[in-house]
Amino acid sequence: MLFYLFAALAVLSGAYMVLTRNLLYAGFSLLLTLLSVAAIYVLLFADFVAVTQLMVYVGGVLVLILFGIMLSSRMHDKSVMSENTNLGWGITVSLLTLVGLCYTIWQAKFASLPWLQAADTDVLGQQKSTVQNIGIKLMTDFVLPFEVASLLLLIALIGAAYIATDKNNG
Amino acid sequence: MLAFVLTLVLLLGIVIVLAYAERKVAAFMQDRMGPTEAGPYGSLQSVLDVVKLLQKEDIVSAAADKKLFKLAPILIFAAVFAGFAVIPFTPDLIPAGIGIGVFYLLAIISLDVVGLLMAGWGSNNKYAMLGAMRSVAQIVSYEIPAGLAILSVVIVCQSLDFQEISYQQGALMNRFPGLEFETNWLFGIEALGIDTTRIGGITTWNVFRAPVLLVAFVIYFIASLAESNRAPFDIPEAESELVAGFHVEYSGFRFAVLFLAEYSMMVLVSLVAVILFLGSWNTPLPNIGPLQLAYWTTGTVGGLSGMLWGGFWLLSKTFVLLFLQLQIRWTYPRLRVDQLMHLCWKVLTPIALAVVLLAGIWRLLMI
Repeated sequence: MLFYLFAALAVLSGAYMVLTRNLLYAGFSLLLTLLSVAAIYVLLFADFVAVTQLMVYVGGVLVLILFGIMLSSRMHDKSVMSENTNLGWGITVSLLTLVGLCYTIWQAKFASLPWLQAADTDVLGQQKSTVQNIGIKLMTDFVLPFEVASLLLLIALIGAAYIATDKNNG
Repeated sequence: MLAFVLTLVLLLGIVIVLAYAERKVAAFMQDRMGPTEAGPYGSLQSVLDVVKLLQKEDIVSAAADKKLFKLAPILIFAAVFAGFAVIPFTPDLIPAGIGIGVFYLLAIISLDVVGLLMAGWGSNNKYAMLGAMRSVAQIVSYEIPAGLAILSVVIVCQSLDFQEISYQQGALMNRFPGLEFETNWLFGIEALGIDTTRIGGITTWNVFRAPVLLVAFVIYFIASLAESNRAPFDIPEAESELVAGFHVEYSGFRFAVLFLAEYSMMVLVSLVAVILFLGSWNTPLPNIGPLQLAYWTTGTVGGLSGMLWGGFWLLSKTFVLLFLQLQIRWTYPRLRVDQLMHLCWKVLTPIALAVVLLAGIWRLLMI
């Protein structure tokens, strides 16, 4: 029941975000979408993913987007409006994606997957959180992707610092 | 649901006391009397202030973005109040005992920032906008040293659960499921061979059992001042430049909610500092031989005495930190914005990174 509530919230706010012309309202409805998706993660016993989503997207990305909108507006108009461009291509691509996704999900027949039918609803068992398992997995089975991702982030950080330096002074 | 109501009532009580204390402390530091008229020593002053605010006209300025303007105070208070959900008040009373409480707290606090931006934008006012911008820039930057200081505690405690961290810092450690066979050593150094598991008290507080965390505590305290927009980091609300910052357009009940959120934030950051560094609800008195001071001032866990003692220690330590925050406001002048960023990025963040490394090494000494 809760799942449908949050799913409906996520879909509605997502639709509002796409349909509204006011960029700032789009930003705030993105907040609602992200919060409902985090709630869905919690319902799926993925507490760590849910909180990480809040931390990274709400605390980082969304604030950055809002900052960008606020700093670049209020110059001549009341607020920033977005315009429709690439109407034909946009509809084609999104329809194709929809068809592709529907086909894949249909093909998967996830209701009859053997591991799903054998799965227990008591996922966490004795443990209070998924953090321990995630930590162990990251340091054993997935240590290479983990390190590669950290390297990528480091490169991005150095790049950002380089772009932001005042070249006239140096 | 019960936890929700209880926490809200407790919070309202603390905030009213705090608002009164703020005026009295300010007055005494400036050699004034402060409020004296209402009640004995003016102690009813802040209650009357609340009543006055509730009676005021609710003004929404004509050019404001009305929806955002009305939504912002609710969002700000909800974000701060949601943080209280994971705070353990006594050994067996915690609104939501989730396993990743510390991480959740860090994430939910960042929702506050979105609310501030909403208030600043919705007011359609230069001062409000500038105040919100400054406030958000400050909070986002100071989250980094604060987060690193908290991370060093998590490294030492090996847990993201506030209740587990609390149990580790007292004589009751072996009562927590999963910690039955853990041992606390003096200063956390096993080589010294002095077992403090049964001594408890101040010797098992995090700042004492891993002294490197004392530095982390100072860093966290400075950063928490900035996160709750307290002086000397109050440029977002600088009266002389910005009138009142992001809440300049708010009046009546909406202003009361913003005011409540701001003071709740102060209480929340102090509570977190106490829980992570200063022994949470544990007593400061250690067991000395037959003098079982720690057990006498802890009560029985699960019983009424344990609850009262736990709440008493937690709140009294929190009030000490809150008093320090009030005192600092009348001691230090406001930092300029470049000094603010210098302090954050060039002083606190490097030290905090070093503390994280040292905390990792310290953890190796502890086992």
